[in-house]
Amino acid sequence: MRRIVLPSFIIVVAIILIARIFYLQIIDDSLKLQSENNAIKKVFDFPERGYIYDRNGELLVANQPSYDIMVIPREIKNFDTLDFCNSLKIDKEEFIKKVKKATDYSPRLPSVFLSELSKREYAAFQEKERKFEGFYTQKRALRDYQVAFGANIFGFITQVNEAIINKSPYYNSGDLIGKQGVEQEYEDILRGVKGVKYLLRNKYNKVIGPYKEGKFDTLAQQGKDLTLTIDYELQKYGTELMVNKRGGIVAIEPKTGEILALVSAPTFDPALLVGRQRSKNYTALYRDSIANPLFDRGLLAQYPPGSPFKILTGLIGLQEEVINTETGFVCHHGFSYGAGRFMKCHDSGLSKLNNGIYNSCNTYFCSVYRNTIDKFKNSSKGVDVWSDHVKSFGLGNYMGTDLPIGKKGNIPTSKTYQRIYPNGGWKGSTIISNGIGQGEVLTTPLQLANMMAVVANKGYFFTPHIVKKIKDKPLDKKYTTKNISTVDSKYFDPVIEGLADVYNKGTAASLKVKDMQICGKTGTAENKIRVGGKTYQLKDHSIFVAFAPKENPTIAIAVFVENGYWGNRWAGPIATLMIEKYVNGEITRTDLENRMLNGSLEDEYKKIENIIYQRFTETVTVDNTKQSLTLKEEETN
Amino acid sequence: MRGKSIGNIDWLTILLYITLVTMGWLTIYSASLPPEVTSIFDTKQIYGRQMLFILLSIPLIFILLFLDAKIFERFSFVFYGIGILLLLGLFVFGSTIKGQTNWYKFGGFGFQPSEFVKTGVALLLAKYLSFPQINLKNVKHQLIGFGIILLPIFLILLQPDAGSAMIFLSLIFVLNREGLPGWYLFSGFGAIVLFFVALKIDPKYIMLCIAIIMLIYYLRSRKVTRNPILFLFIFIIISGFVFSVNYVYNNVLESHQKDRIDVLLGDNVDVKKEGYNLNQSMIAIGSGGLTGKGYLEGTQTKGGFVPEQHTDYIFTTVGEEWGFIGSSLVILLFVTLFLRIISLAEKQKTKFSRVYGYCVASYLFTHFFVNIAMLIKLFPTIGVPLPFFSYGGSSLWAFTIMLFIFIKLDANKVNEW
Repeated sequence: MRRIVLPSFIIVVAIILIARIFYLQIIDDSLKLQSENNAIKKVFDFPERGYIYDRNGELLVANQPSYDIMVIPREIKNFDTLDFCNSLKIDKEEFIKKVKKATDYSPRLPSVFLSELSKREYAAFQEKERKFEGFYTQKRALRDYQVAFGANIFGFITQVNEAIINKSPYYNSGDLIGKQGVEQEYEDILRGVKGVKYLLRNKYNKVIGPYKEGKFDTLAQQGKDLTLTIDYELQKYGTELMVNKRGGIVAIEPKTGEILALVSAPTFDPALLVGRQRSKNYTALYRDSIANPLFDRGLLAQYPPGSPFKILTGLIGLQEEVINTETGFVCHHGFSYGAGRFMKCHDSGLSKLNNGIYNSCNTYFCSVYRNTIDKFKNSSKGVDVWSDHVKSFGLGNYMGTDLPIGKKGNIPTSKTYQRIYPNGGWKGSTIISNGIGQGEVLTTPLQLANMMAVVANKGYFFTPHIVKKIKDKPLDKKYTTKNISTVDSKYFDPVIEGLADVYNKGTAASLKVKDMQICGKTGTAENKIRVGGKTYQLKDHSIFVAFAPKENPTIAIAVFVENGYWGNRWAGPIATLMIEKYVNGEITRTDLENRMLNGSLEDEYKKIENIIYQRFTETVTVDNTKQSLTLKEEETN
Repeated sequence: MRGKSIGNIDWLTILLYITLVTMGWLTIYSASLPPEVTSIFDTKQIYGRQMLFILLSIPLIFILLFLDAKIFERFSFVFYGIGILLLLGLFVFGSTIKGQTNWYKFGGFGFQPSEFVKTGVALLLAKYLSFPQINLKNVKHQLIGFGIILLPIFLILLQPDAGSAMIFLSLIFVLNREGLPGWYLFSGFGAIVLFFVALKIDPKYIMLCIAIIMLIYYLRSRKVTRNPILFLFIFIIISGFVFSVNYVYNNVLESHQKDRIDVLLGDNVDVKKEGYNLNQSMIAIGSGGLTGKGYLEGTQTKGGFVPEQHTDYIFTTVGEEWGFIGSSLVILLFVTLFLRIISLAEKQKTKFSRVYGYCVASYLFTHFFVNIAMLIKLFPTIGVPLPFFSYGGSSLWAFTIMLFIFIKLDANKVNEW
């Protein structure tokens, strides 16, 4: 009995030891993680971000070196703090605060003391850098914008936030990432892939050599350059024309779907979002909720399109054979529908398709629309047929562009009206305002520009896109696939004639450019705001859509100017100038050009601001997407 | 006759010894590798010095094997006496390292007598117990037996080196084997367990539990033999012990000893201060996984995160670089060695050889257990070396001498009359 005490004890102890080691080595993973944090240091090699060019190879966005001042608190030696602060233009309190913050993080590890200094800001410090022990600089690249426009297209670069780090294993705290615009959409291509070096360090945090002879190390892959579809000259010109106005311009090359210009006004210099001032500037832009410079009106603003939508009403009427080019409706300065309801019209006499378009006759298009819907015994069926036609022009849904933002707009279907009129009893005349681009219809300027591209192409479009070429990588197939409209191409010719006559003798006759056939359509959209329970009628929005030249079109455009009175007062001239600039390269209508460049709608915007801020204490934000628009009684153009 | 006894040595034990020493050196090499690799015999390096110690132990082994086996029994009192003198001499000639006066310094090399005293104690204890009239049921004989063990413990506690002193307590296994009443061992373990339990749980509840257990035991025992006064006496002793634990912990233990207990029990531990060693040791072992990071590939070992890694913490390198498979293998090799020594001891014809063999197994096992258990948070941190593995000439030679005296005694058993 006594003989087995020690042997049994030894065996029991051995089993306990092995079991404990099994737990530590096989089951408990936390120790492995701690070991990695402990002993393996990852050093990243950040590749240079790809450049961005315009469609003709003009450099738009490059990189510039920037400098982070790093500090290792333990290594700070006595030096002239005043001198240090002066050379970095900070005060002593800030110095003390930042050193304390770094010390709290770790006295032994490097922390960022000041980040993203420009070359000029760094120069003063550089001369004296050696005197300040414990501080050193780390170089990194920032964006260097070659142009002062296009902030809405490019987006900007910012440090990754917690949410991104948790979602994507690629990013670490302090890494940079593209936000908004092509910087966000093409982040993977522009940024390249950072290289990683695994280093072994000892307990003093000193690197003692590569980990496993660098077996796991990877090389950095350079970011790829992007060539945009944007035309430098046109984008710049559009930005200049929109100074002191609010709105958007979208120009598309019809044959390819390439976006030639995407202007949103008011805008800002993209350089504001670079470097140390980024956060401050961004906040200022973000807080400006009335002018809302961060809101890309070309892509996001949803307005009732107004008269330009008559183009579709006509085309669908032809396709559904409820009219032909000779069908006429008599207009008595308006259109009677339902019991005593009347839509006014500035036109009179007999309207056919051609003069209906160039005179923008409400009576004519309301009749066409009513006949289209009422062609079917069931109004629901009629609306759905109409809705499908409209959607084949790219309206009522996301366009699928290669930009991270967009809006669907709205094209109603039978479901919309079944919800509004649950008891039925509605028909074409009930929803008549859709026929002239109001009612439930909402579009973005991008969608309108694309609609004009379909008309220019006589029945098809390519999904609008902003990147023309990526090195070593073909474009997404959806940008090279034709989308065919449900309206046959033979029906486009009479409508195009009508659009050309808008310039020849219609609502844009005053804008005619010598020796060029432009097809366009004016539009005006009423808008109101509700503040403090009261509704205020604001100046109408000015809308214009066009394409040119009539034969072999090279540009389709939509221009939207907020509170611009009526179509040919602001949007029309701007669209015409853009077309002339793009097609001819020079401007003959210098009178028009000067008026547009120097013209300002700031007084109008001031009035709105007064309504919102001065007369009422309630804070009200104007959401451009939801401005209440009611049936317009009077169609000016 | 003498030549013949060499031929009878136990080759399995020798093979285990060689394997452990070799693995030990390989591990020390990994744990002490400098940035520029030099010769393995470079005595400026730790691994080079350990190589020297290993090579010098070869002539030592031959001397031991060729000595007359009778010498160890006949001069056991002399060996013990030398040991005690060396311990006393420390108070005059010893060097103090980290507050402990337990080294003699000769030029570049140190010599730690407490390592060698273990063998002296084992020899004298074996000699004493082998007298035919000795019976460990006899209290007087018990006291002399304890006295042999307690004298060096007392001297070592004065150094103060509680860790080394504790190792001697393992000889209670030997006394138990040789007839010491079982309740000594039982109450010894009981005391250790109660000590830690009393630090965690309110003594009142512990005593309540013990009272219930004792009452049940009392009621179930035969009426003829049960003695209420004895039960009461035992209960009072245990109460006294349990209630004094907190006092001992707060007033008797040194602050570093308290820290080590706190670290084990996980009370308010700062892993940057008192908890650092244990935390890093667990990280190194735990990060080894199933198969380890590979020989010379241990990131924790290379980074020097584990302190004293080539001495008391050498097993962390085994755990990190060789993983669970390697750690288990080393543990199994040790266990095989211990069981082999015990089985050989049981076969001895003389009581002296048997007791000595048992002492060797008890010493080695206690070192092994205390050393590894402290690395994996099963036992408070106590600085004792892992036999044959840890760096150091004193410990290597002391364990070699201790083991090979037994191998010699074992080889000589056929010559006994």
